[in-house]
Amino acid sequence: MSVIEMAGLRKEFTVRVKAGRLRRTKRTVTAVDGIDLRVQRGEMLGYIGPNGAGKSTTLKMLTGVLTPSAGEVRVCGLRPVPDRTRLALRIGVVFGQRSQLWWDLPLRDSFDLLRHVYRVPAAEHAARLRRCRDLLDLDGFLDVPVRQLSLGQRMRGELTAALLHGPEVLFLDEPTIGLDVVSRQAVRDFLAELGRAGDTTLVLTTHDLADIERLCHRLVVIDHGRVVHDGTIAELHRRYGSRRLVVAELDAALAEAPAPPGAPLVGVEADGRRLVYALESAGVAEVVSALAGLAALRDISIEEPRIEDVVTRLYRAPVPEARAGG
Amino acid sequence: MAEPLSAARPGVRGALAAYRALLRAQARSQTAYRTSFVVDLVGNVGATVFDVVTVLVIFGVTRELGGFTLRETLVIVGLSSSAFAVADLLVGNIERLPRYVRTGLFDAVLVRPLGALPQLLLMDLPLRKVSRALFGLAVLVFAVGTAGIDWTPARLALVVAAPLAAVVFFGSVFVATATVSFYWIDSGELASSVTYGGRDFTSYPVTVYGGWFRAIFAYGMGFAFVSYHPALALLGRADPLGLPAWAGWAAPGVALVAAAGAAAAWRAGIRHYRSTGS
Repeated sequence: MSVIEMAGLRKEFTVRVKAGRLRRTKRTVTAVDGIDLRVQRGEMLGYIGPNGAGKSTTLKMLTGVLTPSAGEVRVCGLRPVPDRTRLALRIGVVFGQRSQLWWDLPLRDSFDLLRHVYRVPAAEHAARLRRCRDLLDLDGFLDVPVRQLSLGQRMRGELTAALLHGPEVLFLDEPTIGLDVVSRQAVRDFLAELGRAGDTTLVLTTHDLADIERLCHRLVVIDHGRVVHDGTIAELHRRYGSRRLVVAELDAALAEAPAPPGAPLVGVEADGRRLVYALESAGVAEVVSALAGLAALRDISIEEPRIEDVVTRLYRAPVPEARAGG
Repeated sequence: MAEPLSAARPGVRGALAAYRALLRAQARSQTAYRTSFVVDLVGNVGATVFDVVTVLVIFGVTRELGGFTLRETLVIVGLSSSAFAVADLLVGNIERLPRYVRTGLFDAVLVRPLGALPQLLLMDLPLRKVSRALFGLAVLVFAVGTAGIDWTPARLALVVAAPLAAVVFFGSVFVATATVSFYWIDSGELASSVTYGGRDFTSYPVTVYGGWFRAIFAYGMGFAFVSYHPALALLGRADPLGLPAWAGWAAPGVALVAAAGAAAAWRAGIRHYRSTGS
């Protein structure tokens, strides 16, 4: 059953541009340009794209913050804007650069307020809070006012705040932005644990592709407000021809590099002392045996395809016009 | 963690409990610094005292203002400043809407299961303005007590209903002007000119204003029904401008129309809301 359905979803903004001293001309920019997408219950969806691609605008339409310009959208069977308050009880939202917490109150008080705001029975609230305290290690700063928390601590607080009412769908807009390595890992582990339970649908936008590799089986790439890829990460690699690489480190540059069949040489680095082969039809063993005879060989390593490289290539598609929204 | 929500408290009662919790939190964080809160309380009386003093100074140089004596004018001032102070306490902070929009707080408010407007009002309720509202009410009580009103049951009802209607009216003006910032972020000055301008306008008999200005503010926008017409009805005076006597009792109706207009503007504003940044 689809928890999220979008059909022909569009969002346009009108911007006024200065044209001369007093004159201003109106211009329509399309932030989201016809998105069709269905997300099943329990899915963990990575929603990525460059700045201004329309990621946040989509999320804001799914959560009832923005009214779509055209198209259909349903979340948990509800229309986000007209049914905003009913939908809010069933979804959780973490906007990395917005806070759901009360700035001047201790974290604990924010949680208690949210219990009233979401009308959660005390026992359920206590059980969920206990679980978050354990998994996110909140105990050290529960009594600290939110404004004094570090970004990593605050983000762990935001995640807890978004989950205390047991949402069916959790929307995360850049939850790891600006976090240090340890906090980032804590957030990822927590979300992975949440995903394993299988009953919470998770939609995640991020610039950190490691988040996606770690958490999401399904990846939707959008650019210029349109879906340019929808599938697994493996499918993305297949489709865009990303290949594993064999890297040979040499003691000295060679006059002529070996050319094993099915594995073209794609890079010569470090003054010829590093050779990079891409695995097309050849296997690792064939390339390694072709290189093994070289006297100058010092080391061989194999690099898995990197999602960054694929996505960077996707993003470099030509830009038809300036876009707004984020 | 998605257990069913069936056990959650339903509907209006749950929402009211939520609003009460927001109010308690607000009170707690505002009174945390006791001394500064008390200073604020005292300081906030100032503006309303000034309204009254202005009228007293004017009557130092004249015995009548637009055909009204000091005692009669004080009824108008009392109605206007008490209602404005209460509306300002309850709704006035909506003029911070541009900042809520800019900082993204408005996004956070929209993803919670409560009305956006009540949340904003409760999250930033300026409790220090309570003193001003109390002072305004004291002025009103003093004015109607000394104006020599011929009390009838209808006038007793009106002396309660008129200030309440005026609070609703001013509150509607606050909300309606604030919604302009959904379309135009830097609209603060415009909003203030209507709200604070409206307060000053309603502190005097409308007879002191001339021609088109009076027509627009008093009857086009309805400010004459905040204090002028109710005061005439309380004092039992005929309108020098010729409106029938029932105009004084029209205040609640005018306030309801204003409230409906403000609600429509607010809803349209939210639909037009564009959010900011990522």
